[in-house]
Amino acid sequence: MNILHIRHNTFKHGVHPPEHKEDTRGLPIRQFPFAPLLILPMTQHIGVPAVPVVREGQEVSRGQLLAKAGGYLSVPLHAPVSGVVHRIGNVPTISGQMAQGIYLKTFPFSTQEAVEGIPVDVNEAKQEAILQAIQDAGIVGLGGAAFPTHVKLKVPEGKRCDTLIINGVECEPYLTTDHRVMLEQADDIFMGIRYLLKATQAERCIIGIEANKQDAAEHLAACAPSDLPLTVAVLTVKYPQGAEKMLITALLGREVPSGGLPIDVGAIVINVATTAEIGRLLPHGRGIQERVVTITGPGIRKKGNYLIPIGTPLRFVLEYVEADPDLSEVYLGGPMMGVAVSNLDIPITKGASGVLAFTAAQVSRPHRVYPCIHCGACIQACPMSLMPNKLGQLAKFEAWDEMAEQHHLMDCFECGSCSYVCPSHIPLVQYFRLAKIMVRKRKQSKTAV
Amino acid sequence: MFQKTLHISTSPHVVRGIGTDDIMRNVVWAMAPTAGYAIWVFGLSALLMLLTATAACVLTEHLLARMSGKESTISDWSAVITGALLALTLPPGFPLWMTFLGGVVAIGLGKFAFGGLGYNVFNPALVGRAFLQAAFPVAITTWHKAFAPERFLSVTASTLTFPFTEPAAVDAFSGATPLAAFKFEHAITPAYDLALGLIPGSTGETCAVLIALGGLYLIARGMMDWRIPVSILAAVGVFSSILHLADAEAYPSPVFMWLSGGLMLGAVFMATDMVASPVTPLGVWVYGTLIGVLVVVIRIWGGLPEGVMYAILLGNAVSPHLDKLVIPRVYGTSRTYKTKAT
Repeated sequence: MNILHIRHNTFKHGVHPPEHKEDTRGLPIRQFPFAPLLILPMTQHIGVPAVPVVREGQEVSRGQLLAKAGGYLSVPLHAPVSGVVHRIGNVPTISGQMAQGIYLKTFPFSTQEAVEGIPVDVNEAKQEAILQAIQDAGIVGLGGAAFPTHVKLKVPEGKRCDTLIINGVECEPYLTTDHRVMLEQADDIFMGIRYLLKATQAERCIIGIEANKQDAAEHLAACAPSDLPLTVAVLTVKYPQGAEKMLITALLGREVPSGGLPIDVGAIVINVATTAEIGRLLPHGRGIQERVVTITGPGIRKKGNYLIPIGTPLRFVLEYVEADPDLSEVYLGGPMMGVAVSNLDIPITKGASGVLAFTAAQVSRPHRVYPCIHCGACIQACPMSLMPNKLGQLAKFEAWDEMAEQHHLMDCFECGSCSYVCPSHIPLVQYFRLAKIMVRKRKQSKTAV
Repeated sequence: MFQKTLHISTSPHVVRGIGTDDIMRNVVWAMAPTAGYAIWVFGLSALLMLLTATAACVLTEHLLARMSGKESTISDWSAVITGALLALTLPPGFPLWMTFLGGVVAIGLGKFAFGGLGYNVFNPALVGRAFLQAAFPVAITTWHKAFAPERFLSVTASTLTFPFTEPAAVDAFSGATPLAAFKFEHAITPAYDLALGLIPGSTGETCAVLIALGGLYLIARGMMDWRIPVSILAAVGVFSSILHLADAEAYPSPVFMWLSGGLMLGAVFMATDMVASPVTPLGVWVYGTLIGVLVVVIRIWGGLPEGVMYAILLGNAVSPHLDKLVIPRVYGTSRTYKTKAT
């Protein structure tokens, strides 16, 4: 049976930033060395921070539990290396603020063999047990959102998931982690899909892949086990094709209602690297200790796709890949939605899919902002069919409530397509982020009264 | 290692790299063949008028920006477009002092009074032209012969009319424009002459082929909304075809309607002014269709032979309302949402 489908359907609007994937797409995943000191914040996911279960000075083995989940919307954290807990206290994070975390000193001569837990058999385990195992493994969305996967997989009472969608789109420029995972870890992905199908009770699974990764799509289609209800769909290359809502629309022709979740239209979307991680960890009862990160950009000499232990300091990473000493900009994630870092002494966390580095000469940023000339480019870029021009005007006057109530501000998922195309270089999505914060704050203060 | 201060900004960290000034500059390039051909056809007078109008617009823009305490905005190239467009809509022997005045009004009243680039409701060049039409109705309908043999040696006498005086007795009148000929004498000019601009008329409205080429260039670069010229020309074509089929004697063919007068220039370079046209694709279709219908109505039943200018100005007036009424359906919502009237 041919399970490879070349589809031409996609979503409305979107943009075409240069891909820049050619430097790393062909490089196999390589193991990164263990840094002498790891930095492990308790909030590497969206939700409640994890709670440390070790004490300072305690020796831990690789894979041992360091912190337990702080609640339902939380995941535990496992030791990425064998070593000794150096300190428990505040650690720097990407936001620029300090947060509770653990400094872990690596044993220099350890074999770094990981301890295993209780395996979860995909055929015998019940739905609830699989969800629990996914939480226990510390799994979050590895595409960048870092939302706890077990929460996403939980189908609410009265709803049904008919399609499990595996997101292998990777529409951010530069990044090639998912591409390499699909080429090198197909069996893990298929095992992961088995767990996910059971956890969601979905009838079928579709893997969505952009056409610039045709090789990955063909590889997955060729080695898919025949008993999996699986389709591999090749999609148009367009940003933000990998956004959950856009992917659902492209594959199923369904629109997630405003303010709703994918499950409202019978779908659950899981990133392909997350799926591979589930398929690799659960049969051994292990927790997540490392992740694949694309390290690239003109400021990097040894570009590549690396398997990096969680908690590895960015400075250690950049030194190892021989980054240009005159770096002036470093992003975690892709150039469209990634976060610029202000401090290299922060760690690679579970949500970090890429590290991009540039020197000042390699960045060209327009400085002159012109007035809006009503060209409509933002309207034809916005995947949500919002009117960024109108929202931008209102933001200038700080009309936050009008933006939210009459112009669907809260439907903006901050893909940045509007700012990308704006010829007048108006910081549209930047305004909208601020506006969304202001609207949420006002709502909170209203409910408080 | 890594001692430099890191520069931080919020995403996206990349931009497409086509700036507003790039768009404006490319519009100027797209108009250049039309302007060059106008100079070839009408000689020195046309050249002087193009220079005068552009200088007037750029100078006004610069001085007004400075007087209001802002940085000069001439580097965005939009004033150059206004100047060149204004000149292209005027008769080739139009007095230079009037041209200059038109440029000042176009920028001062048509653009700066509204707040400068991005805020003007009307196409500034057309505001300048509407002013000139009201102020100097005779001079603006005095046409000059194309390919006059002495056109590169001397300028038309009316060009150098002393400031604040009307040109002396009509010196170069050489017959009506094709539209006037049709309207008042019921004569049809061959389509071939129209397409190549072998006709009297405004400086830049003569060669439909070069205008279309300029438009195609901008469309290919993604710097013009193709829907605007397409919808205008389609509306004119459909409407005039119906009339022509009903009574071929009384109403001209769509080809004549397309190629004569300022329709091509207006549809390609004027109605497409981003600032004064609607932003949503659907709104643009409505806008273009409206302009096309108005052009036919004014040309056929109006008192003037040509109606492109007024049709576009009316379209401009409607476009802010279209931006409020014709809006896209937001993803995940069932209906188009309505903005409350403010």
